[in-house]
Amino acid sequence: MEVTTRSLWTLVHGMGFGALYLLACSGAIVLLSLRSATNAHSTPAGDRVLGIYLTVMAALAWLTVLSGTYIIYPWYRAAPSAGAAHLTAFPRSLLLSNPATKQWHLIGMEWKEHVGWLVPIAITMAAFIAIKYARDLKHSPALRSALYGFVGASLFAAGIAGFFGAMLDKNAPVDGGQTVRLVQGE
Amino acid sequence: MRTQSAISQDNVPALPNGSAAAAILSAGIGSFTLALFTIVADQSVTAKNLLSIYKPTGALSGVSTFAILAWIVVWAVLEWRWRGRDLSLKPINIIAFALLALSLLATFPPLGDLL
Repeated sequence: MEVTTRSLWTLVHGMGFGALYLLACSGAIVLLSLRSATNAHSTPAGDRVLGIYLTVMAALAWLTVLSGTYIIYPWYRAAPSAGAAHLTAFPRSLLLSNPATKQWHLIGMEWKEHVGWLVPIAITMAAFIAIKYARDLKHSPALRSALYGFVGASLFAAGIAGFFGAMLDKNAPVDGGQTVRLVQGE
Repeated sequence: MRTQSAISQDNVPALPNGSAAAAILSAGIGSFTLALFTIVADQSVTAKNLLSIYKPTGALSGVSTFAILAWIVVWAVLEWRWRGRDLSLKPINIIAFALLALSLLATFPPLGDLL
């Protein structure tokens, strides 16, 4: 059982940071609604939980966009030499070479690469507010609305990026580099 | 003991919301700046070349870097202006949500191409 280093990085980026972020969004919404409950007891420790949780989410969001933009994307968009017969090592060119897959790049990748960057902006802001206004959230519907709105938007944007990431990887996987042997065959 | 702690916590006066307003509005502006750079890089070859500050990643490197810088600068300026003040958050939320929604739409390539 083997995996290439490029493939491993797409796993870390998508299934590691990205998928974990998407899963964490539902937890953030639950924690937010718990902070909003009128009968909730306010304790210093309880107040801090949401801030810590959103800070971890912000770290995941930054790791996802930075690994995607600066590690995986250069492999994806690398240009083949003129007249190259095989395009499997050049996912962008491979997708564009076929009218049936062209739109996965023109719409999918073009949207994914930009919309993903909205996520760390939104969630970093949410984490800042959850930390600074931990005690006041319960009494400020406007602050809670801002957090719900930006966490919800980050979930939507991360969902778009995740969906297209998965579909692009099905149609033109980023692969290559050194082979890492996970399990030795008999 | 827990109840006593909860009461004393709840009785502490709320912080001025200026810092929150600065964070919310700057996030909206930062998102919109990203969408704006995306459209500009898509429609102008010169802008695309200028924004390609890291060649292997192309224009995305400049679009994301300059949008993040713009967001942080706007946040710092608004924080400096609004810290310690109490503002009405409702209009700020509405503007920030509108900018965020526009950003989500404008980064969608078929719509971005229409602008």
